[in-house]
Amino acid sequence: MRIVAENLNFTYNKKSKFAVDALKDVSLTIEEGSFFGIIGHTGSGKSTFIQHLNGLIPVENGRLTVGDIDLSGKQKEVKKRYKELRAKVGMVFQYPEYQLFAETVFEDVAFGYRNFFPDAQPDEVKTAVFGALSLLGLGAEYLDKSPLDLSGGQKRRVAIAGVLVSNPEVLVLDEPVAGLDPAGKNELMALLHKLHDSKRVKTIVIVSHDMDEVCENCTDVAVFSEGQIVFKGKPEEVFKNVEQMNDLRLGVPVTSFLTDELKKIGVDIDTDFTQKDFIEKIASHYKNNK
Amino acid sequence: MQAIEFKNVSFSYGSEDGRSEVLKNFSLTIKQGSFVALLGRNGSGKSTCAKLINGLLIPNEGTVTVFGMSTAEKDNLFEIRKRAGMVFQNPDNQQIASIVEDDVAFGPENIGLDREEIKKRIDFALKVTGTEGFRDSQVARLSGGQKQRVAIAGAIAISPDILILDESTSMLDPKGRQEVMHVVRTLNKEKGMTVIDITHYMDEAVEADEVLILGDGVVKAQGSPDEIFAKKDIIAECGLELPRSAKIAESLKKAGLPLGDGILTKESLSERLCELLRKI
Repeated sequence: MRIVAENLNFTYNKKSKFAVDALKDVSLTIEEGSFFGIIGHTGSGKSTFIQHLNGLIPVENGRLTVGDIDLSGKQKEVKKRYKELRAKVGMVFQYPEYQLFAETVFEDVAFGYRNFFPDAQPDEVKTAVFGALSLLGLGAEYLDKSPLDLSGGQKRRVAIAGVLVSNPEVLVLDEPVAGLDPAGKNELMALLHKLHDSKRVKTIVIVSHDMDEVCENCTDVAVFSEGQIVFKGKPEEVFKNVEQMNDLRLGVPVTSFLTDELKKIGVDIDTDFTQKDFIEKIASHYKNNK
Repeated sequence: MQAIEFKNVSFSYGSEDGRSEVLKNFSLTIKQGSFVALLGRNGSGKSTCAKLINGLLIPNEGTVTVFGMSTAEKDNLFEIRKRAGMVFQNPDNQQIASIVEDDVAFGPENIGLDREEIKKRIDFALKVTGTEGFRDSQVARLSGGQKQRVAIAGAIAISPDILILDESTSMLDPKGRQEVMHVVRTLNKEKGMTVIDITHYMDEAVEADEVLILGDGVVKAQGSPDEIFAKKDIIAECGLELPRSAKIAESLKKAGLPLGDGILTKESLSERLCELLRKI
C-alpha cells in the first residue's frame, strides 16, 4: 500500500502561546516497496509526520491516505478506521525497549498480537510470537526470559517483534538504531533488510539522523526542515546538495563530502554515494589514470 | 590530583544468588582536565561506571574516589555530585520542572547559589546549548533532541568540575551533536572541566584526548585515538568499529591506493585522497 500525504498541516497547542507549526503543507508519496528514509534536524517535524501515519496524530488540515484508508475528513468517522490502520502500519518509537513491561519475552510480544486479535486461540498466539521473534533472530530460548535480563540490542529486537507480530505491511521506525553499539546497529539494519527483501514487511520507513546510514540503506529520502520538505528523491540525488544540506545542519555522507572535495580539484567521480560504489569508482579512476 | 580513581572495583547488579558481575577488579584513573571517550558494547559496564562515579551506585568491593573523596562515604555525596555532573541517555529521566528555564535552574538552586549567579548560569547554559529560544517552553512539548540539549544545559549550569555524558547526544542531529561537543570541548579547554563521554559514535571518540574501551568487566584498551583505532582486533572483539572515514580509507587501501596510515577523520581522508589523485 502506498502512503500519500497532500498539503498536510499541523500545529501543536493551537490557540495558546505555546503554538508551534510542526508541519506546513507537507506533500509526500511513499511508494509500496520502498525503504524510505526521513531526515531532518531536531524539531523539524519528522516525528510529527510519522505519527500521522498510524493515527497517533489526527489529520487536522490536508489529506492523508494509507493504502485505501483515508485519514482525512471528519475525525469521528476517521477514528473508526484506526484499528484497521494500526494493524497495517506498525510503529516503533525511539527507544522502544522502554515500553517493555511484561514478565517474559513471550508475554510482551503476545500482548501486541492479542491487542489486534483478541479472540486468538493460544496456539495461534504462540505461532505468531515464535514467528515474529525468529524474524528478529531471537530463538525459543528467549521466550521465558525476562526482558530486563537482555542486552540493549536484544531488548530492542523484542520491542520490534511486539509490533511485527500483528503482520503490518508498513513498518515505521523512529531512529531504530540510536543508542545501540556498532555491532548491534549493523545487526538490526541487516534484519530490517531481511524483512524488506523477503517482503514480510512491504514498506519500511525509518527516521534517522545519520546521513551515511540513510545513504547506505534507503531507496528514497525526504528531508524535513522547519515543518516543510526541502528535498525528496533518491539518496544519490538528495546528497548531491552538499552546501544546502550543510546549511540545513544535517551534513552529507562521508562519500558525498569526499566526492564534493574531489570535484573542487577537478576530479569528477560519478557515484551513487554508497560506500561500495564510491570505493569501486575511486579505485578504477586511480587505476585508469596513474 | 586525579579527578577520578577506581581502585580494584567489583560491582554486580541483582540479588546474591542471581548476580551478574559487571565490573571485575576494575582499576582506572582519569586525570583532571582530560577529555576521555568511554567505548564498549551495550552491557559492557559503561553506564555502571558513570553511576559509580557520582555515587548513584556504590562498589561491592574496592573504592571509587572523586577528587580524593570516596563515594562510599555518605557525607561526601553532596560535594561529589556538585562536582561531577551527569547527563543521562534519556532526558526524560532527569527533567523535573515543567518549564525549560525552571528545569535548568534546578541544579544551581539546589547547590544554594544566589539569585544573580543563578540567572547568569542559566543564561550561559541556555546560550551555549542553543536552547535560548525554548526558555519559556514546556519541557514536555520539546522534541527528543531539544530535551537532550536542555538536560545538558542543566548539567552545565552547575558548572561541574567533571561532566559525564552518557550517550547524551544520541537523539541530536549531526550538527547539533557537533555543536554540543564543541561547547563541551571549549569548557574542557578553557575551564579545565574533565569530560567523560560515553558514546557509540566512533567519530566522536576520535575527538577525545584519550579513549578507553570496556569489555568483560575490565579496561580492554586505553590510549590516544590513534593508538586505539590502530588496534583493529580489539575494536572488532569489543563489538566496535573503526570511524567511518577510517573504514573507507581501509577499503581504498585494499583496492590499491597508497593513502598511508592514521586516517581517522573525513578531513584527513579528503586531504590524502586529493593529494594522491591530484598528482595523477
